[in-house]
Parts: sequence; structure tokens; C-alpha cells
Amino acid sequence: MSETGALPLEAIRSEAEPEPKRVHPAWMTLRRLFRHRLFVTGLILFGIIAFMAAAAPWITDINPNRLSMRNKFMPPGGDFILGTDNFGRSLWSRVVWGARLSVIIGVSVVALNAVFGTLIGAAAGYFRRLDNLLMRINDALMAFPAILLAIGVTAMLGPSTANVIIALGIVYVPRTARIVRSSVIVLREMEYVQAAIAAGAGHWRILRHHILPNAMAPMIVQLSFLFAYAVLSEATLSFLGLGAVPPTPTWGNIMAEGRDFMRDAPWIIAIPGVTLMITVLGLNMLGDGLRDVLDPRLRIQQ
Amino acid sequence: MLSVALRRIASAIPVLLLVSLITFGMMRLIPGDPAAAIAGLSATPQQVAQIRADLGLDEPFLMQLGRWYGGMLQGDLGRSILMGKGVVAVTMERLPVTLALSAYALVLTLVIGLLAGIIAALRQNTVIDQAAMMFAMIGISIPSFFLGLLMIIVFAVRLGWLPTGGYIPLTEDPWGWFVTSTMPAISLALLQAGLLARITRSTMLEVLRQDYIRTARAKGLPARQVVFKHALANALIPITTVVGIIISLLLSGAVVTEALFSIPGIGGLLTQAVLNRDYPMVQGGLLLVTAFLVLVNIGIDMLYAFLDPRVRYE
Repeated sequence: MSETGALPLEAIRSEAEPEPKRVHPAWMTLRRLFRHRLFVTGLILFGIIAFMAAAAPWITDINPNRLSMRNKFMPPGGDFILGTDNFGRSLWSRVVWGARLSVIIGVSVVALNAVFGTLIGAAAGYFRRLDNLLMRINDALMAFPAILLAIGVTAMLGPSTANVIIALGIVYVPRTARIVRSSVIVLREMEYVQAAIAAGAGHWRILRHHILPNAMAPMIVQLSFLFAYAVLSEATLSFLGLGAVPPTPTWGNIMAEGRDFMRDAPWIIAIPGVTLMITVLGLNMLGDGLRDVLDPRLRIQQ
Repeated sequence: MLSVALRRIASAIPVLLLVSLITFGMMRLIPGDPAAAIAGLSATPQQVAQIRADLGLDEPFLMQLGRWYGGMLQGDLGRSILMGKGVVAVTMERLPVTLALSAYALVLTLVIGLLAGIIAALRQNTVIDQAAMMFAMIGISIPSFFLGLLMIIVFAVRLGWLPTGGYIPLTEDPWGWFVTSTMPAISLALLQAGLLARITRSTMLEVLRQDYIRTARAKGLPARQVVFKHALANALIPITTVVGIIISLLLSGAVVTEALFSIPGIGGLLTQAVLNRDYPMVQGGLLLVTAFLVLVNIGIDMLYAFLDPRVRYE
């Protein structure tokens, strides 16, 4: 009995012996993310596309718009690794440059949302007087079906890459603002924020140091899904002829041009389509992983 | 119940006023002169002036705004340049086509989404669960127009089972409608089905964790009764709110699907209007579709209040 009674004490001491390592919380989060299977799979899938986009000038030796009528409708596999289209243009080049455009649009829409979504959401959530006005405008913009509003705005502005970005910004910023607002409303009532107010901190300082850092998690999750929507919507718009103007290759307009040849050259549609799907799949997996790790409460709602 | 309805309708009025203000403002987004943009490059100055007068763009801004709201009250949203008819009349002609297609897709969405979600929740962390969630993940990631194109290539072009496009009205030939609408409805439904499956699964899991489910099990009720009578009935209540989002997504998706399968609905109409610079049509069509959605959402909120008494007494 006495021997066994002594054991726990020994155990406690030996366990307490090594100095506990101080790990930065960011590292803990990263470690949990890299143990999340879905997140890692998504990261790899999206990583491939992002690499294609970044390295486009170096991994394609053929201009995506170079015509070569001698080589038209080459199936994937031969001299052209992914085949050619009706003008003999290399699909590998076109899909890679299309990836570049998709990623540029995705990044821009995400950046617009990060800036304006945070500003509008924080203003509405923190300053109650602005809330009613801002949220009414928000509700009105969110009442439109997303793609329809984007189509309407690009139709009015005219088809171009910049206008697609503006249109998708108008469509999605209200949704991001709403998410930021709801976190800010909760945080504003927290005791530590009340304490900061009592201590005489100014609005800017409270928002910047006490509220926004804690409102980031749901927004980061939202932004990763938003990247997926942006890429998907851009492809839809350019499929309908409202995106970047041909011959600039986008996944959507390659597929639209391929429609006329789908009987004999289905790869013209299949290759950009599969690439688009991989991108969206990767981003959705990334988003799911981020949500599980950063903001587990949201798991129930999605 | 009545108070819920009144409150909900009252809150929709400012939203609708703002929605119409935004659609009114859209015409002003056109860089330069909208009349010149509509007339095209080869138009004479007289033609441009004529279009400007037709659209009322030569009037002072406030007059235009007054005319827009005045017309709205009388059910007049301007004339379609392409069709030469009133925007409201053209939209109402095409609306039944889109509604029939969306209803078909909604049924598919509910059947596939709810079944996959419920089965996944009941078999949590098994292969079945993982397969259902993988299916849902692919569903929300595959672009509907790509799925539509793939189905056209496989089932219409290669196998010849279904037509590549076209449309037969439901009232003329129900079987023909079913045949022509099946591929569009599937390509339209998969995204929503994936979303619904994910939401259903997590809602079901949440409900199954509740104390009253444990009590029901503990008192020896058969598993089937616990799942369907106790769990599902309560899990379905929050899911009704998702149906509003699904209908919005269906109407959005219909634009692309109708263009792809050459179906003469609202989507096809708006795409044509956009490509032909028929701005009044784009403006009016967008407003009507959005107003319709706002009404649908009021209906869903009332259904929710009816199903969940707690909402009524808030």
C-alpha cells in the first residue's frame, strides 16, 4: 500500500520536471490545421492551381492565343499535352492562363470583402446609430439573387475583368459585412470591452485592439468560401459572355467556345471544367477545415 | 400569427423600396450615355435622341425617379426594347416556365438533400456518412453549367437518350416537359442538394444529442419512432428557413441553366436582354424576380412561425 501510495507523487514530479514548452497560439492553430485531413487535401488541390497561376509565364512555352490551324482539334496526349481547340491553340496554355485570371479575380474579390466587409460590418455593429441604415441597404442588396445581380451589374458596366471584380464585390460585400457585424455586436457587450471603455479607451482603439482581432475567425472562414464563389461566379459570367473579352482565356469562355464542338472535341469543355471543379473543391475543403479549427461553433450552421 | 405576418410585411417594405431604388440606379451605372450604348455605334444622333426620349432619360433626375416609382405603383416597369412589349407582360409570360423548372429542381433537391443528410447523421462517422458528405462536397463544388454540359455530352450527344435542349410546356405535353426538363433540373438541383445535405446532417446531429432524445430512447421507444417522430420533426423546423436560400439559388442558377438548355424562361430572357443591351428589360426583370423572392421569404417565415410556436411569442 505504501509503495503504491508513493507512486503518484513520483509520477507527478517526473512529469513536472521538464520545463513546459511555451508554444505560441498561432503555432497551435497551424498544427491543428495541418492535422485536419480535409484542410490539407484542400490546400494541396488549391496549391496546384495557385502554382499554375503564379508560374504561368514559365510553365507554358506557347502563347495561349497563338493560332495554329494545322494543329486544330488535337486530342490530349500528343504534342500538346492537353490537346488543342478549334483554332489549334494549346489548351494547356489557355487553362494555365485562365487559372491566373481566376486567381487574380478571386484574390481581388476577397481583398475587397476583407476591407469593405470589415469596415461596414464593424461600423454597423459598433455604432448603433449607423446600424439601421447600413443593414437596410445590406438587406436590399442581399435580397437580389447573387448571380442575377452580378449579371445585371456587369451588363450595365460592360464586360471586362475589372467590372467582374466590381460586380462580385457589390454582390458579396454585404454578406461579409453581415458576418462581421454579428461578431462585433456580441463582442461589444463583453466585459473586457466594457472595461476598456471604462478605462477611457477611444472607439478606434477598442475596435482595433479589442474587437476586430476576435472577430477575425468567422471572417477568415467566410473569405475562403468566398474565394470559391468568386471563382465560380466569374466562370459563370464569362461562360455567358460577360467576363473578360475573348481572346483572353478564362475557364468560362473556353467552355463557351467549346460548346460548338462538343460532339467531336469534348475535351475543350472537360479540361477547363475539371480544373474549375478542382479549384472550387479545394477551396471548399480549405474552408471546411478552417471552420472546424478556427470557429467550431459554426460547424452546426453550415 | 397575424402579428407575425404584419411585422414581416412591414419590414419587407423598406427592403423593396431600396431594391427598386438600386435597380433604378443601375441604368446610371452605364458609362457615358445609356441611349448611345443601346443604339449602338452605327446609330445617327436622331436615333440616339429618340431612344433617350423613349426611356425618359432627357428628363430631370427627380422626374425620372418619380416616374419610376409612379409606374411601379401602376404595374408599369417600362418597355423591353428587344420585345417591344411591357417588361411586366414579358416577364409574366416567361415566369411559369422558370417556376415549373425550379419546382422540379426543388423537389429533387429536397429528396436528395434530406435523404443524404438524414442517412449521414444516423450513420455518423461510418463509410456511408463519409460517402454522403463527399457527394455533398462534390455537389457544392461542381459548376452547374459544367454538369449540364457533361450531361449533354453523355446523355444527349453520345447516348442519344435525351434531347440536347429545347422546351415543351407542361400544359401541352407533360411527358415531353418531363423529358426536356430532367437534365436541366438535375444540373440545377445538385448544388442545392449538396448544401441541404450538409445542413440537414449537422442539424440532425445537433437534435440527436438533445436530452429528450435520450429520454425517448431510455423509455424504450423503437429507434424508428425516435428518429422520425422525435428527432426529424424538430430538425426540419430550422431547415425550412434554408428553403428560402435554396429558392434564391435556384432562380439564380436558372439563368445559366436556361441559357445552356435553350429554355424560354426568365433566365433565358434576361441573358438575351443582357447580351442585346435591352437595359429596361434587365432592370425590370431583376426587380420582379427579387420582389418575388422577398414574397417567398415572407411566406417561409410565416411557415416557420407556424411550425415553431416559440417564434410567435418573441
